[in-house]
Amino acid sequence: MADRRVMLCLAAVLGLVVAFWMLQGLPSGQARAFVLKLRAERLLGLLLVGISTGIATILFQTVAANRVLTPQIMGFDSLYMLMQTIMVATFGIAGFSALPTGVKFLGEVGVMVLLASILFGTLLGKGVRDIPRTILTGVILGVLFRSLNAFVGRVLDPNEYAVVQQASFASFSKIDASLLPVALALTAGGVVAALCLSSRLDVLGLGRDPAISLGLRHQREVLASLAIVALLVSVSTALVGPITFFGLIVAGLTHGLTRSPRHAALLPVSAMIAAVTLILGQLVFERVLGQAAFLSVVIEFAGGLFFLFLLIRGRIR
Amino acid sequence: MIRISDLSYRIGKATILRDISTELPKGALTALIGPNGAGKSTLLRLIGRLEPLQTGSVSLDGADLASTRTEDLALRMAVLGQQTAIASRLRLRELVGFGRWPHHRGRPCAKDSAIVDEALAGFALGDLADRFIDEISGGQAQRAYLAMTVAQDTDWLLLDEPLNNLDMAHARALMCRLAELVRGSGKSVVTVIHEVNYAAAWADHVVAMKDGRIVAQGTPHEVLTSETLSMLYDTPVTVGTHQDRPLILHHV
Repeated sequence: MADRRVMLCLAAVLGLVVAFWMLQGLPSGQARAFVLKLRAERLLGLLLVGISTGIATILFQTVAANRVLTPQIMGFDSLYMLMQTIMVATFGIAGFSALPTGVKFLGEVGVMVLLASILFGTLLGKGVRDIPRTILTGVILGVLFRSLNAFVGRVLDPNEYAVVQQASFASFSKIDASLLPVALALTAGGVVAALCLSSRLDVLGLGRDPAISLGLRHQREVLASLAIVALLVSVSTALVGPITFFGLIVAGLTHGLTRSPRHAALLPVSAMIAAVTLILGQLVFERVLGQAAFLSVVIEFAGGLFFLFLLIRGRIR
Repeated sequence: MIRISDLSYRIGKATILRDISTELPKGALTALIGPNGAGKSTLLRLIGRLEPLQTGSVSLDGADLASTRTEDLALRMAVLGQQTAIASRLRLRELVGFGRWPHHRGRPCAKDSAIVDEALAGFALGDLADRFIDEISGGQAQRAYLAMTVAQDTDWLLLDEPLNNLDMAHARALMCRLAELVRGSGKSVVTVIHEVNYAAAWADHVVAMKDGRIVAQGTPHEVLTSETLSMLYDTPVTVGTHQDRPLILHHV
């Protein structure tokens, strides 16, 4: 019951923030329609990034049986960035820009889901019993992807590299509106799949042995969850770029706010917290501080501190 | 009846189980005994499908383990491995409630919560039901896991060293409870036991293992003899009798 109250409160806060985002300081006359459309697009982008980050982090933490890991710390988004760089290297700038956005995006996400499921599935499906090893392997994989990325970047000519670099910094202000329909469809798919799995995720959270004893197809559920994580991380990375620690803040707040470990509550709560945080943050930066800094930098800074706090408090569980 | 045929298992180059064929009786309390590294836990985990079969086959009341859906197996047998820490912060009642999951798969009804309450009471956990699992002692957690396994309400219970972490009183209470499940409710229990005296006092059927092989099986009187146990543990063991049951004096 307490969880339902938390969800209702969050939904109300989210509604308020969205209304404020859309209506604050709205100009009258002809500009109104234009501003509304612009704001709606940006809002949708922020919502999609928030929802996918929140849900991906919770899913990943359940599979990894760990409250400190995020898909990004394990190198999910560096894998995505590596794919971008390789594509620029293969097709050149013209070819890269000429790829139809929708098809390109779907292809990227498909490859990403496949690669991530194979890589992290073998890692987490069998090795969950040894958490420190899992974390280390993931971090090292992340470093490997980043180094490969840097290596391919060096081989590129400077103009091509500039294109890659532009894609490598997280920015919440430059969301590509043409990606939104595809991103919306994919996020919706991922969210529905995650919600359908929620009861099974509860069982998965018990660990491998109890889950199998209760008749869960452990390996299959792990792979399915990781595929959803890969899908959602791809969406968020494609829209705004890599954000490492945001998911961690969201997951931390989610576990703090909800009292039960039920995913039917955890997933929506994490999605709403992430959306509220992003929209509020972007509001402050855009309209109060006048774009004086990047929201992503502040989120990474705060998230990094939170990560250290979790490590120091010894909450790696 | 659990029928095991030609079961072998190896991890890397080490052979853990060698060509095991046996039958474990239904409606009885079976104890697996043997020295460390004999393969008891591995055998139990293979029967409980916690590890994939390599060679050989296992059937549970006629249903082949490899070809029966794992969801259906969960309604016939419950397995409790040697527990590991749980990541999510669960209350005791929620943990025990998961035992009902194979039956309701996410939609619990009133009957499920009644069975959970019963299981909690059966292991004297009623007062702790709203405590978090990381706020109770190891022995209490062990009892909570056992309550979850019993709440699964299956014909077969497979337990890997359930007496771990339990004090004298709770260890005896657990064995008594298991015996009661077998005699009263017609369940079948297979359990790995380190302390042979618990097997001597409570088991109907004893399987003694050493180096991945079964070296003796039968009633406690047949298996728990001075010669068999001395050979099994490579140490002289004296066996007496207490209330018509073997009493093993291995500590003096």
